[in-house]
Amino acid sequence: MVENVIQIPLAVGEDLVISKNRIGSGPKRLCVVTGTHGDELEGQYVAWRLNRLLQEKARFLKGTVDIYPALNPLGISTMTRGIPQYDLDMNRTFPGSREGVMSEFVASELIEDLAGADVCIDIHASNIFLREIPQVRINVNTAETLVPLAKRLNLDFVWIHESATVLESTLAHSLNARNTPTLVVEMGIGMRITRSYGDQLLAGIVSLLAYLGMWTGPVPPVRPPLVSGNEAVHFLNADCPGIFFPTSDHKTRVQAGQELGIIADPLTGEVRQRVCSPAEGLLFTLREYPVVYEGSLLARILGDCI
Amino acid sequence: MKEEILFTLDTPFRQPLQVKGWYFGNPEKKTLAVMGALRGNEIQQMYICARLIRALTELEGQGNLTPECGVLVIPCANQFSMNVGRRFWAADNTDINRMFPGYDQGETTQRVADRIFRALQGYRYGIHVTSFYLPGRCLPHVRIMRTGYERPEEAMDFGLPYILLRQPHPYDTTTLNYNWQIWDTQTFSLYTRQTEAVDEEAAEQAVTAVLRFLARKGFCRGDFGRGAETRTVEESSLHTVSSTEGGLFVPLGELGDRVEAGAVAARILDPCTAQVRQELRARTGGWIFFLHRACLINGRDVAIRILPD
Repeated sequence: MVENVIQIPLAVGEDLVISKNRIGSGPKRLCVVTGTHGDELEGQYVAWRLNRLLQEKARFLKGTVDIYPALNPLGISTMTRGIPQYDLDMNRTFPGSREGVMSEFVASELIEDLAGADVCIDIHASNIFLREIPQVRINVNTAETLVPLAKRLNLDFVWIHESATVLESTLAHSLNARNTPTLVVEMGIGMRITRSYGDQLLAGIVSLLAYLGMWTGPVPPVRPPLVSGNEAVHFLNADCPGIFFPTSDHKTRVQAGQELGIIADPLTGEVRQRVCSPAEGLLFTLREYPVVYEGSLLARILGDCI
Repeated sequence: MKEEILFTLDTPFRQPLQVKGWYFGNPEKKTLAVMGALRGNEIQQMYICARLIRALTELEGQGNLTPECGVLVIPCANQFSMNVGRRFWAADNTDINRMFPGYDQGETTQRVADRIFRALQGYRYGIHVTSFYLPGRCLPHVRIMRTGYERPEEAMDFGLPYILLRQPHPYDTTTLNYNWQIWDTQTFSLYTRQTEAVDEEAAEQAVTAVLRFLARKGFCRGDFGRGAETRTVEESSLHTVSSTEGGLFVPLGELGDRVEAGAVAARILDPCTAQVRQELRARTGGWIFFLHRACLINGRDVAIRILPD
């Protein structure tokens, strides 16, 4: 049943509405949320497929699944990453406040609605600049609880990252702080949908439902992810501006010293930088948007644990 | 006065971003650094710094900077966005003022923040002339983060009417103000009532406040007036008047006006019929400190913030 979680009047003839679809019933509850960043659409496919699967196979579902496809509907409708008008990153406004501005109020109401779920999956794409393999990102402080759950999601990589104070404003941090285990999924690229990644995650969600005792139907096989901390991740940033042409494929194994791409100068024909891998490993992040500045992230390599 | 290129950042298809600083007084001394526009819409903030550079040039020429005085002013570090009418970094929409202390091996705006922060290091006092994140205007004030290192009494020397103390939220920990303070500079954020356009009167007040601050600390000579009697308030003590309806926003007062408890401070009108949808009343009496700027307002927006009596 579709419910409006939040409804706030906008200035002219329209309300801001954040909806969820509640499927099934019972005390156990899984929440799937996406669309916090208006330019990240990968979760839309997963929300759609999950809706259809659960409705078609309702007899197997033993519990409640809440699907929230658009936490930031104004952002999605305007191809804006943040909240239009405020220029705010919604994922830096949690846990919000009932007394705050609209964005803080929305954040506060969402937390109230989501808190208490057995698990929440917060699906993000990458931004429009980078392509990512399907992965779960987990704060080191919550790793003990979340890694066993993340391994069920059928994704390629579980990245356990260091904690940072600024990340305390995220939805995942706020929910985890309220004992609602929340997994942040990152996959694909902004403004696009990679259906194969969505299908992969969908199988993982079914596997997680079964693990939680919420699914009695067939469970697809789940591949074990690579699990790593920051220490195995190598970052490659541009040394100069120009146009980036990748010469290695995303999601492939690369050797130390292997060329991953070049930064070219279309005005002079010059190759301004040859970008080479610092280590052997998995090329799990690769730049898609060609225009780069000094510092632009070009690639990330996962070494060691291959 | 010495004008210096602090750093450059090459950009594809455009001229390099060149961030300039203006140094005054004793080059051996790091007394005060003033940071202006980090965002592309901070025209007033850049203008205040420009006026300050003019005033300091004059004071220095007259021999009115003391030997202990060494000042750096950076009017603008983001013409890359300003010249194309964008508030945040025009290439990826990130906010430089959410990237401090910066990272020299990181993404572009982390590197910009790092280079700015290096230039600002070691100063005894720091002023960030900045703008508010909400779409609205506020009374001129100095804002100080409660980092544990703050000394609000030092800000009395600005002679501005208000010092606002803010308990930092997690997202504040990547601002210039927060990090500058942590890195041992007494830091003040200076707010005026305008951002996107030049407001001469507000700029004059801000420049005079900075010069008064320097004079009272003994770093320059001159008569910059007594300034206002300063009131120090916790940000949390401001009374927020929020809308529950959306529509046309019609405030009944201006910034600084007095509002009585229970009085109507603003109305929200139906945008198609002009019928009153909501009357916004102040729960407590006080002074309009913040006023929503746009003609339109959504439900749950902050319309007014009142400084209680």
